[in-house]
Amino acid sequence: MTVLILGATSPIARAIAREYAMRGNPIALAARDVAEVARHASDITIRYGVKARGYAFDALEYDRHRETVAEAARDLGPIEVGVIAFGDLGDWQRSVTDPTAARAVLETNFVGAASTAEALAQHMAPRRSGTIVGLSSVAGERGRYSNYFYGSSKGAFSLYLQGLRARLYHEGVHVLTVKPGLIDTPMTWGLRRGRIPIASPESLARAITRGVERRRDVIYHPWFWKWVMGLLRAVPESRWKRIKI
Amino acid sequence: MGRWAEQQVAGWGRYPSTTALVARPETRRDIEAAFKDREGSPVLAQGMRRSYGDAALLKGCRVIDFTHINRMLSFDEHEGWLRCEAGVTIAEIVDVFLERGWFPPVVPGTKYVTVAGALASDIHGKNHHVAGSWSDHVRRVELLTANGEVVTCDRATNSDLFWATAGGQGLTGMILAMDVRLGRVRSSTTASDADQVPMIDVETIRVPDLATFLQVSAASHQREYTVGWVDGTARGRGTGRGVLMRGDWSAAPRRAVRRRAARASMARYLGSGWLINSATIKSFNTFYYRRHIRRATARTVDADRFFFPLDAVQGWNVLYGKRGFLQYQFVVPPGGGGDRVAAILEAIASSGIAASLGVIKEFGERAHGGLSFPAPGITVALDFPNTGTRLLDLLDRLDDAVASAGGRVYLAKDARLGRESFRRMYPDWSRWKEVRDAADPDQVFQSDLGRRLGLVGDAS
Repeated sequence: MTVLILGATSPIARAIAREYAMRGNPIALAARDVAEVARHASDITIRYGVKARGYAFDALEYDRHRETVAEAARDLGPIEVGVIAFGDLGDWQRSVTDPTAARAVLETNFVGAASTAEALAQHMAPRRSGTIVGLSSVAGERGRYSNYFYGSSKGAFSLYLQGLRARLYHEGVHVLTVKPGLIDTPMTWGLRRGRIPIASPESLARAITRGVERRRDVIYHPWFWKWVMGLLRAVPESRWKRIKI
Repeated sequence: MGRWAEQQVAGWGRYPSTTALVARPETRRDIEAAFKDREGSPVLAQGMRRSYGDAALLKGCRVIDFTHINRMLSFDEHEGWLRCEAGVTIAEIVDVFLERGWFPPVVPGTKYVTVAGALASDIHGKNHHVAGSWSDHVRRVELLTANGEVVTCDRATNSDLFWATAGGQGLTGMILAMDVRLGRVRSSTTASDADQVPMIDVETIRVPDLATFLQVSAASHQREYTVGWVDGTARGRGTGRGVLMRGDWSAAPRRAVRRRAARASMARYLGSGWLINSATIKSFNTFYYRRHIRRATARTVDADRFFFPLDAVQGWNVLYGKRGFLQYQFVVPPGGGGDRVAAILEAIASSGIAASLGVIKEFGERAHGGLSFPAPGITVALDFPNTGTRLLDLLDRLDDAVASAGGRVYLAKDARLGRESFRRMYPDWSRWKEVRDAADPDQVFQSDLGRRLGLVGDAS
């Protein structure tokens, strides 16, 4: 059962790769930094004795997405789990003043992610088998004062995955939407520890493999974010707009 | 969030503690980006922060955390050469390779150290008498140097830099990757024995005094691993009393129990420091010695239990409370039937300051000069709860005794050694500094330890 991870150099992607490699699955790792994914691939092979390979992949090179999926499948066998793990947090204050910066965030997290998901869907649907895992974010649940560029791109991606799930349900392919809260990655590096618990990438990776096995539709991780976001969504808009978070 | 996060950082002894701006790169590019983005500040690489004092600290400056730079890049199944990145830990190497019949060439008392830290401190283990130190098993190092270039050094190319980096406390550059040669475990298992992990046959011998320890140790040179526990509170005739353990890989591998580390929360609960004082240390030492009722016992244990007994209690360092603790490890040359060691132990025991967890070992002949610690002789390591001035005064007196005996203290454990004593103990330091200064003329790489000992900046 080949696992393809797109955006393979993040700590979350690494943890997912390890989790699947530990179970003996071949791993395809795709990212912009080819030298880096090659190092990850060697690491996976040495540690777990499974086949692992690196592929060049750029979220914004839309016409190459299908090719990357096909290439990985040719080398390592049909992709059974495809994980869309890339994302760009951006610098929201810069995004406010610089339209190119804003566009990069919106395009990577939504257009690039959707295009990648379509490429996976096209590969999986004819075999009526496979799971597409999309890493969205709790930030996509409600637009906030800070970094609504990132939030809206993830929100759009969540909506997109919802639709894709409905469509692919009839074609035998499953879609899992993952909404991580605070995870210990570069995105949260430097946040004050202690106030809100920060989960490890490893615990998220375990939650994801479990979610894939049980064919869950949406998972929040850590679990309490589901309730936190529920509360935040319940705040009336007239109040919400005054809160600077 | 940003690349740099302000953090309160301390070594394993939790003394001293400082703040620094810390970055934690995920990729090679991140490392280079962080290095360029340090705004002219001095910088230091950091791993698992298992050095006890201030070797991994750099007050108010930039520190780059290498724990996520931990990919294994290639492994040679025939010769045992592992090429891996700086942040790979000994724990990871053991996890991956022991069941395949390979083991790190040298391991310290904890498996939670990185390979880069192992080289930067040129660590030793229970097999020093046959295997030497970590650098004896490294053939190639990739170093990010002060001008931002990646330099490869080995025994032929840039050999000065190679040897200055071994034991160099991270002050010659940032180690990115290295080739380290794993050792074959004699009782290697085959792939079909999935549950079989090599074990260690260990013999435990009670020794009533230092002279007996030296006799038994000398008679154990054929054994791959030897180490002793010494009662740092025993005086007079009992000076140096303790227990010697000697072990070899067992010919018959057995299924190993996977022991889980004790919960850190328990250590935290006990962590206010009330547990450890001179009375409890003395009673524990006596109990531990007397527990070995028979003169010698033999059994087979798993590698974790033999090599890393303290790792079973995660975060045990908090047991010493907020003020932390200091470990004092020294080596003094052989000769005089251990009189020099005995005199130092006697001085400690009669000071009234109780030392817990004494470890004693006879080193082999191999030594590397520079800032590398191991040298022929007897090494002793003792933990002291941080009781302030009284302890620091005692340690200053010990420095003098150690230096006068031609010995030295281990920098990876140190938090307070003075410059003058340091120079007596490491007479090679000026030659080391020449190599370092040639590689880093602008003093880019610094540490609190380096500043304290005059290893960086103006050496006056």
